[in-house]
Amino acid sequence: MTVEITVTVNGTAHTATVEPRLLLVHFLRDVLDLTGTHVGCDTSQCGACTVHLNEDAVKSCTVFAVQADGTEVTTIEGLADGESYTPVQQGFWDEHGLQCGFCTPGMIMTAEWLLKQNPDPSEAEIRAGLAGNYCRCTGYQNIVNAIGAAAKAGR
Amino acid sequence: MVTSNFDYFAPTTLDEATSLLSRYRGEAKVLAGGHSLIPMMKLRLAEPTVLVDIGKIDGLSYVREDGDGVAIGSMTTYRELETSSLVKSRYPLLADAASKVADLQVRNRGTIGGSLAHSDPAGDLPAVVLAIGGSVVARTRRSSREISIDRFQVDLLTTALHDNEIITEIKLPALPSGTGTAYSKFHNPASHYAITGVAAVITVSGGTCTEARIAVTGAGDKATRARRTERILKGKELTPAVIRRAASRAAAEVQDTLNDDIFASAEYRTHLTQVHAQRAIEEAAAAAG
Repeated sequence: MTVEITVTVNGTAHTATVEPRLLLVHFLRDVLDLTGTHVGCDTSQCGACTVHLNEDAVKSCTVFAVQADGTEVTTIEGLADGESYTPVQQGFWDEHGLQCGFCTPGMIMTAEWLLKQNPDPSEAEIRAGLAGNYCRCTGYQNIVNAIGAAAKAGR
Repeated sequence: MVTSNFDYFAPTTLDEATSLLSRYRGEAKVLAGGHSLIPMMKLRLAEPTVLVDIGKIDGLSYVREDGDGVAIGSMTTYRELETSSLVKSRYPLLADAASKVADLQVRNRGTIGGSLAHSDPAGDLPAVVLAIGGSVVARTRRSSREISIDRFQVDLLTTALHDNEIITEIKLPALPSGTGTAYSKFHNPASHYAITGVAAVITVSGGTCTEARIAVTGAGDKATRARRTERILKGKELTPAVIRRAASRAAAEVQDTLNDDIFASAEYRTHLTQVHAQRAIEEAAAAAG
């Protein structure tokens, strides 16, 4: 069986015919060529594949593309307006919130969602909010600083 | 990882969904939030040939007063539970347990109905709902029935649901005045699944424990009432000695099915069950009365 789906990704509607078992992350990467969303653990734990699905941060390795039919998805590619970064992106730049960068798209998508829920989080709240995003380089300190800086800049 | 192939249906009404389940009885699985089922399908531990996605059906996501109690729609997410003022005020342990499930992204998708239907031995909500009491409302194409939560969890990943039934609602009873609740859990640091979790709902009247429902998850093959613990608590003043003695029996009911894996040995799980039973009972007792 194949299913025709229409998903609005970063403001543009995309229609495609897919196998039901195609994961959202593979739809984004392989069908739409939006490779900013990464596949890390592929087991719903590391958060590298985090995107926004109808404004909720979700792990796109644990959603079938067919489930996203009719929804709006935002990926890391949908954040910046040309050269103009969001406060979270700018925070990661200014605070050097990455080393290898593999986890960064997921970190940023989670952070964007966190700050929408709570624009003024404490350090403990930022750390708790990142429970579903793993970084194997930085020890998290600069990531937490980056999100703190973004919160400050957004206020 | 890629799941096996399956046919996919996304009905927009419960009638359509239950008809599909009847038509593909034995082959179809219900897809709710997908955060238990999809990982199992990726590992090929589950290979349903038909998925009926109930995520496009309106009206299955709510928390509302229902007589003296509260009714929760089966597609209500963990995130909605942890932020619901009604859940926080009426069943604080349910809001707390929901906030301890996995991580924010998982909590944005995972649902109470999915958690109960999947009956993961390390899931949090099966134990919490078991401690609160109440029932699961399940519907087929033709009829609807209420299944007492005490009869719902049957075995490892197995419930009393028939394969043509969909959970539509969870009904929770009003807790009597003087009731305190708590959920205490030791989690796997990566998945946040419960290595052991203990839910306690305790009613104290005139200094004496009049009712106690204690449920253990993570330790055995399914969420299980710790009835020996409950019996020790009931009718007594909840002194530290009574609580200690009750907690020491918390693993008794799961002794025969104790999990023993790379995360924790059976012996360690027994110990953790006692520790977290003590914490949950102490916290619930302190909030009771």
